[in-house]
Amino acid sequence: MALSRLSSRSNIISRPLSAAFRRSISTDTTPITIETSLPFTAHLCDPPSRSVESSTQELLSFFRTMALMRRMEIAADSLYKAKLIRGFCHLYDGQEAVAIGMEAAITKKDAIITAYRDHCIFLGRGGSLYEVFAELMGRQDGCSRGKGGSMHFYKKDSSFYGGHGIVGAQVPLGCGIAFAQKYSKEEAVTFAMYGDGAANQGQLFEALNISALWDLPSILVCENNHYGMGTAEWRAAKSPSYYKRGDYVPGLKVDGMDAFAVKQACKFAKEHALKNGPIILEMDTYRYHGHSMSDPGSTYRTRDEISGVRQERDPIERIKKLVLSHDLATEKELKDMEKEIRKEVDDAIAKAKDCPMPEPSELFTNVYVKGFGTESFGADRKEVKAALP
Amino acid sequence: REKMWGILRQRGIDGGGLSLRRTRSASVSARSYAAGSKEMTVRDALNSAIDEEMSADPKVFVMGEEVGQYQGAYKITKGLLEKYGPERVYDTPITEAGFTGIGVGAAYAGLKPVVEFMTFNFSMQAIDHIINSAAKSNYMSAGQINVPIVFRGPNGAAAGVGAQHSQCYAAWYASVPGLKVLAPYSAEDARGLLKAAIRDPDPVVFLENELLYGESFPISEEALDSSFCLPIGKAKIERQGKDVTIVTFSKMVGFALKAAEKLAEEGISAEVINLRSIRPLDRATINASVRKTSRLVTVEEGFPQHGVCAEICASVVEESFSYLDAPVERIAGADVPMPYAANLERLALPQVEDIVRAAKRACYRSK
Repeated sequence: MALSRLSSRSNIISRPLSAAFRRSISTDTTPITIETSLPFTAHLCDPPSRSVESSTQELLSFFRTMALMRRMEIAADSLYKAKLIRGFCHLYDGQEAVAIGMEAAITKKDAIITAYRDHCIFLGRGGSLYEVFAELMGRQDGCSRGKGGSMHFYKKDSSFYGGHGIVGAQVPLGCGIAFAQKYSKEEAVTFAMYGDGAANQGQLFEALNISALWDLPSILVCENNHYGMGTAEWRAAKSPSYYKRGDYVPGLKVDGMDAFAVKQACKFAKEHALKNGPIILEMDTYRYHGHSMSDPGSTYRTRDEISGVRQERDPIERIKKLVLSHDLATEKELKDMEKEIRKEVDDAIAKAKDCPMPEPSELFTNVYVKGFGTESFGADRKEVKAALP
Repeated sequence: REKMWGILRQRGIDGGGLSLRRTRSASVSARSYAAGSKEMTVRDALNSAIDEEMSADPKVFVMGEEVGQYQGAYKITKGLLEKYGPERVYDTPITEAGFTGIGVGAAYAGLKPVVEFMTFNFSMQAIDHIINSAAKSNYMSAGQINVPIVFRGPNGAAAGVGAQHSQCYAAWYASVPGLKVLAPYSAEDARGLLKAAIRDPDPVVFLENELLYGESFPISEEALDSSFCLPIGKAKIERQGKDVTIVTFSKMVGFALKAAEKLAEEGISAEVINLRSIRPLDRATINASVRKTSRLVTVEEGFPQHGVCAEICASVVEESFSYLDAPVERIAGADVPMPYAANLERLALPQVEDIVRAAKRACYRSK
């Protein structure tokens, strides 16, 4: 499989790299080989090599996009505390390497479906910061026009199928998308992402059984951040070796804090799934925030544990060290990049704050594609009625 | 799934011991159905509808337990595997949550699945996917993700199958915005509504009735054409009348028509409305009829509390209150889990005499 990374890489970079770079790095595609931090652990398959082919451009774009994702999630935290975001808000900071590594290995024809911790996946699939913040604040320019909220981001033109609130439901749905890809002979795969909590769901095993029976190009990606809400993995799963839980389905355990390990694993999985059917990837990752904004995240784990992971395994720090050690940028250049990112995020938030809320008539739109003019009712049916188009 | 269903199917016996083989009077058929000398069973109507839609659109595929090699638990999908092959007709393991989710996911990605539940009782194992993954997606995604899927299968009571295999799900599914819920009665209904459902870009719950599968109905040339389609959301007036409106769906339409004949003998002219569509509900047709007759009897097989009849009664009381000359009437299944013993089962389901009695009550006639 020729490594035409440039053409196959998803459009991660939303803006050209900073003009602060004196060197012409933006077009520098010098190949670099990166070693993953840890070897892969395999179940019923031969693990891929620890040597990952990358490039200067990719390394820098990893840093930029992950820093953007990080900043976006931190900003969402503040917006939630300011009560501009309501309801549920599940943040992804700490897990960025999974989103970015996956995108680097696949195309927009490959599908991704995930649960409710979806902001960064949406961004990775090409969504904009503005659409994210507008949706989180329930404004009409949100990616779901304010009708979905934090848990229901979608980007169908990039094969991103959401954004799901019911734990585990996205796995059979993802296998169904893989079914459609095979049915339509698309030579594409689906990554169905779920957490260590969802890994115990019965429907997951039902979908895996069917995927294996019918050779569907489904890749089940367990983002094991070790806690299902407040329940540690060892309290929920008799066997927390999620990559082995597929039994007859091969699996790979991956350091989910290492974007290059993730990229290698996803590339390996895509090749596997197209030829041999389903495979499970377990990403060993970590979330700094609690389960959601209403969970402090410190009642079931120690602050030492959280800060320990941040010290030892932070995915952005790892990339930063690689960038510096490969001499691709100076500390100052990276700091400037981070400043730009902060501004980009702040600008998007300001613009989103100015966006109006949806029109009241939007209450009744999109109930059906074809409503046949059926009547729908508001709370007082004699007062508020609409004909569904 | 039990072998005894096969025996009951062949006998065509309903719970009340009445044969539903229609040796109806010519007057009813001439009045109610498009004139035609051809007859078709509901089973064949459904089979031909799926066949034609599969032929017309390569994105349509069938999935469910025993739909392929077994030819369908109730033979609705008979012959489809042979005709279209295993890439269009999929036998699934007994894992409703899994295969329903897979069906919905396939619909997200643009295919048009026809998912069979062996009975809708088993749909409860997959109900999260029907409601949360299918019904609400178009809304939550503001139109990005539509779900052109059909969930079909037998619904409601069969004969002697007991409490876990006899529930009617019309009320539950029809309460959900984003779903369409259809319930055919005749062969023409079955063909036209299933074809409409498969073509529809939204998720459709298609509630068939096991005891109707073997029933034959006259069918017109128009209904036999492969482009035939019935509108979703429009009820059909099966029998015109002026004294009382009887509204119902599925198997109870047959009972209501029998009740109307009995009432006619006693000088009461009943108008029988076949809903065809539970959601959207054709309130306009129902209310127009009640404004003409001033009396309403609603009939359903399902549990009485929070049922389809309750919604129809509420609609009529809200919109046509001053036209009513009598309280609205509901005839429904008994408020108990379905018993097995034949006499108790008969008591647990509406019978023709119940509908007659309610209509007379609405007309202030003594028994």
